[in-house]
Amino acid sequence: MRLDALRLDWELARRGYARYAAYPAATIAGVFVNTVFGFMRAFILLALFEQRDHIAGYDASATVTYVWLGQALIMTIYIFGWQDLALRIRSGDIAGDLIRPVHPLRASLAFDLGRALYHAIYRGLPPLLVGALVFRLVLPADPLEWLAFVISVGLAIVVSYGFRAIYNIVAFWTTDHRGAMFLGAVAVNLFSGFIVPVAFFPDWLAALAHATPFPSMVQLPIDIFIGRATGGEVLGTLAVQLVWAVVLLVIAERLFAFGVRRLVVQGG
Amino acid sequence: MAELRESLSLYRLLIAARVRAQLQYRTSFAIETVAAFLVSFLDFVAILVIFSNVPQLGTWSVAQVALLYALATLSFAFTDLVIGHLDGFPALIRDGNFDLMLVRPKGTLFQVITGDFQLRRLGRVAQALLVLGYALNTLAIDWTPDRALVLALTVPSGVLIYGSVWVAVICIAFWTVEGREAANAFTYGGAFLAQYPMNIFDRWLRRFLGYFVPMAFIAYFPALHVLGKTDPLGLPAVLQVASPVVALAAAVVASTVWRFAVRHYQSAGG
Repeated sequence: MRLDALRLDWELARRGYARYAAYPAATIAGVFVNTVFGFMRAFILLALFEQRDHIAGYDASATVTYVWLGQALIMTIYIFGWQDLALRIRSGDIAGDLIRPVHPLRASLAFDLGRALYHAIYRGLPPLLVGALVFRLVLPADPLEWLAFVISVGLAIVVSYGFRAIYNIVAFWTTDHRGAMFLGAVAVNLFSGFIVPVAFFPDWLAALAHATPFPSMVQLPIDIFIGRATGGEVLGTLAVQLVWAVVLLVIAERLFAFGVRRLVVQGG
Repeated sequence: MAELRESLSLYRLLIAARVRAQLQYRTSFAIETVAAFLVSFLDFVAILVIFSNVPQLGTWSVAQVALLYALATLSFAFTDLVIGHLDGFPALIRDGNFDLMLVRPKGTLFQVITGDFQLRRLGRVAQALLVLGYALNTLAIDWTPDRALVLALTVPSGVLIYGSVWVAVICIAFWTVEGREAANAFTYGGAFLAQYPMNIFDRWLRRFLGYFVPMAFIAYFPALHVLGKTDPLGLPAVLQVASPVVALAAAVVASTVWRFAVRHYQSAGG
């Protein structure tokens, strides 16, 4: 029985992967945009190092590496927002999901993991490779660090899914979910450390960011990659991400249950 | 002339209808306007965080960069308000709805532009105005008639430049609907670039997005003139007052590209 459920998750994940692999021209166009932005962001942050050698423990190489990893994560964790679930709720398609023998959030998470793998490989790696060709990036030396980074990105995807699900579930209560999505994306962009590293923030803002799940989506995987977190800190970092992943998924599941109770779908 | 007047009155009529429709959903409108304000504010927060670590960025102070940011964002915000929905234009081609426009007695570009008007984008305008107020208040600008004139012409020129770039690059949809996102590198990418001093970018990026796609004329060159600042790039001073001319040239190029693309458009039928 449990094995059957996992088999279903696997099939859904494969569909998620295939759904996005079907549009190669869209992928190439997206890689082009992420790469152009990567160059701009790299030059902007490099200008800081004309005056200082180090900022909050970052040198120029670590900062440029941070930029390209951030560009690689844009689609992988949907930094700029996601509304697939909200659109299914608004259109009433969610009613069809509810009569299936798998929880809609579980199905959608499995699908999202497959999608994220596609985006990590085809939207994430190419800009990172271009960045590595043009700039001197900091690369993990130890295979264990690579492994920890891969696990960390996996957890980042789940954390981001949990948060994305929460702002999508708002659609049970309002026909216009876009406001919630925009506000969610603003929080992610700023507090995840995507637009500027959290370490560059003034102390009070950095403390505020670290009290939220957002750094688990971007800053923490990058910290592992560029070696800001080492040894036992790596395990601590992964533990923080795991806790946030569980907390957000539980909140999403509870909210979803509340939402379903008041759901009315017309017609059929 | 009569045709222009007719077009303008038709434009007013169509846009007024769109605006009325959006104001029917007051809560949505309010939330989305606030969200647009905050999304736009993020870019400025990044600048503030940068300046909490260094006093200058490529010889530019925080107030000077704020001026660049405000001019670039204000121009972009007005452009986005009027033609931001061009991002959805490729869907018109894909669904075959562009064919309908070809048989109507008005220009295709006119019909596409009047297709929508997202009032919530005023949130971005408001945010840019606040930063402009901060910049002009903090900078002790030595006002002369020519500086005031350059500043006054900066935003209209900027709108024309952004608008031209937007129209020209969205024409990619006539050849590939799937690859339409590539246009974002020029529209949103250009808007991002223009918020910062050109001299911090590498030469090839400056040439490509600063001069060829003339983003340096959106804020950088006019701001140098208004501030009476020496150009760190040492380029001819005439460029600092050239934005209106560049804008007109960009508009000519964009309308040529659009007409070329429409002439080569082949419907998928249906």
